[in-house]
Amino acid sequence: MPKIRISGTVSACLLTALVVAATPARAEIAVAMTYLREEVKAPPVLSNLDPIPDDLGVAGARLALADTETTGSFLGHRYMLKVISVEPGGDLIAAAKDALASTPVLFLDAPSESILAVADLPEASGALIFNIASGERRLRDTDCRANVLHTIPEDAMRADALMQVLKAKRWTRTVMIVGPRPRDEAFATTLRAAAAKFGVEILAEKTWTFDTDLRRAAGKEVPLFTQDLPDHDVLLIADEADDFSRFVADNTWLPRPVAGSDGLRGEGWAPVLEQWGAVQLQNRFETRAQREMQSRDYAAWTALRTIGEAVTRINSADPAKLRAHILSDAFALDGFKGRSLGYRGWNGQLRQPLPVVNARALVELAPLEGYLHPENDMDTLGLDRAESACKAFGG
Amino acid sequence: MKRTLSLLLALLAGPSLPATAGEIWITNEKDDDISVIDTATLEVVRTIATGERPRGITFNSDHSRIYICASDSDAVEVMDPATGEILHELPSGEDPEQFVLAPDDRHLWIANEDDAVTTVVDVDTREVVAQINVGIEPEGMAVSSDGKIVVTTSETTNMAHWIDTATMKIVANTLVDSRPRHAKFTKDGAELWVSSEIGGTVTVFDVATRSEKGKIRFAITGVNADLIQPVGFDFTPDGRTAFIALGPANHVAVVDMKTFEVEDYILVGRRVWHMAFSPDHQQLFTTNGVSGDVTVIDVATREPMKSIKVGRFPWGAAARP
Repeated sequence: MPKIRISGTVSACLLTALVVAATPARAEIAVAMTYLREEVKAPPVLSNLDPIPDDLGVAGARLALADTETTGSFLGHRYMLKVISVEPGGDLIAAAKDALASTPVLFLDAPSESILAVADLPEASGALIFNIASGERRLRDTDCRANVLHTIPEDAMRADALMQVLKAKRWTRTVMIVGPRPRDEAFATTLRAAAAKFGVEILAEKTWTFDTDLRRAAGKEVPLFTQDLPDHDVLLIADEADDFSRFVADNTWLPRPVAGSDGLRGEGWAPVLEQWGAVQLQNRFETRAQREMQSRDYAAWTALRTIGEAVTRINSADPAKLRAHILSDAFALDGFKGRSLGYRGWNGQLRQPLPVVNARALVELAPLEGYLHPENDMDTLGLDRAESACKAFGG
Repeated sequence: MKRTLSLLLALLAGPSLPATAGEIWITNEKDDDISVIDTATLEVVRTIATGERPRGITFNSDHSRIYICASDSDAVEVMDPATGEILHELPSGEDPEQFVLAPDDRHLWIANEDDAVTTVVDVDTREVVAQINVGIEPEGMAVSSDGKIVVTTSETTNMAHWIDTATMKIVANTLVDSRPRHAKFTKDGAELWVSSEIGGTVTVFDVATRSEKGKIRFAITGVNADLIQPVGFDFTPDGRTAFIALGPANHVAVVDMKTFEVEDYILVGRRVWHMAFSPDHQQLFTTNGVSGDVTVIDVATREPMKSIKVGRFPWGAAARP
């Protein structure tokens, strides 16, 4: 079986050699895992400033592997990660079948329909699949699967985190610009629901229609485009492809902050996080990847660390036992967000605080103080037990 | 008993000044300096510049030298506490966070947080004696009072690594709950206590067998369970009471060291981190990172007495007579 080569492997082996004599003999456990990615062609965007890294997600899994191997070296646990990337139009299902033949642990970096197709394969029935890419609600709701856990936050968690902040600041009068793509409309729907949930008003909406090169014309076009919007506290933008939103801020008719897909936004992870020991994780990531850590990297990192934490605690690599431990109250993952992370027992979503950030700093960590919940205040973010139609987890 | 009584009487007499004077030295992580608090007046009397991001701080046994982990300067600074002058630096490995000085005052054991290494430095020759590979993000450092065992805890690996100081090799690794922060041996050397920030527990090990002897859990009305995060702690010299800082829960727990029962919770400043007793052990000073102050606790009554403004992100604390 091909293994990926990482620099950490050599030092981890050395470490094993150093401590093996001193550590009481334990049963050797080998944990094979696969990172399976379906490459998706990104839509063209106006600016070239922030290219999508080739190793987005993968770099997070690789760092988690190194972090986990160190613990494993003290316990006689070995971890192996294979990375498979399927080109656009390639046969993802064949690759998934191939991977599942050798490992039950899959980190799946793919759109929601592909995640469902893989999860429903007969070969995947006893597998442990982590969705590290899709924030779509249906995967946590009507289309949930018992063999799929989600470390990437549901889109609604990001929107709820933002709305908690706006409400706490009493910036409750908003307007919204919605991009032309289906993903933009989907995120706009999510923002509308979150606004209603937390008592934030969306007074008016406009659809983005420009097809000019805004890099030259933004200063002339955007003020006119936003001039007829009613007065507001915050301008929301739904632009999930990161296409036009960067040209809206500071070009609006009224001097107002932007939020949503740009400006102030809820994220799974952001480079501006430094509290709660996060700077250690950022440093380790940047040293290896030569870039900053993004939400999908963090989702992959938490997924692999989940496996590592569970194997360490129960001393087994059996997927059914791992799943039972991961979904139990005994599971506690340190995710550098200041709180212990676990999984929602009703739909497999990683329960986590979400940073609400701007480009330069953390503004708040949601849930904010004062948003109460009968069980866990982190469940004020995203689909709660009573709302979820998911039955696959026995709920 | 008689002594306790007279102490009580003295306290009842009002917020009296302690009999013996002393100093508490506080490292301010985000101000690159030290605030020196006079334990009699409870005022900051000196502010001393250090290297970048000072965290761990400890005196040698006769208090003639103070060692400071300047994490972002990648150095341990050696200071003359009388003058505040930095005499020299010790090679420390990368990103030193916490350390312990062996009882012989010779070897400084340093956790290198960014490097997954524990570095041993001879403070006399100023040379690195050994580097020991440990888990990811080593932080807590403890040395037994006979100097034979050193323990490093690693935050991401979730382990206590037991090191034989004679061979400078790891002899055992024991798992603890998530994100271990601080470790300390009891004075008699029979127990090792380790706090786990994210796990929310303090584990007590029997040192002879290295097995778990007890686990302390915490609950404060009105505070989310997962925000109760034990970090720094210390013991009263009679070996009866432990004071445990609970981080963002903004409380210090008071624990009976025999029964492991929590007896009290004391409200202090925000994100309480480490602590130091006054030289006479009548007062306890806690560093409150987020509120940028130090809470003074009356050890006998277990009441907070005063908050003292220090620099930004106070982290470590050490006492000098």
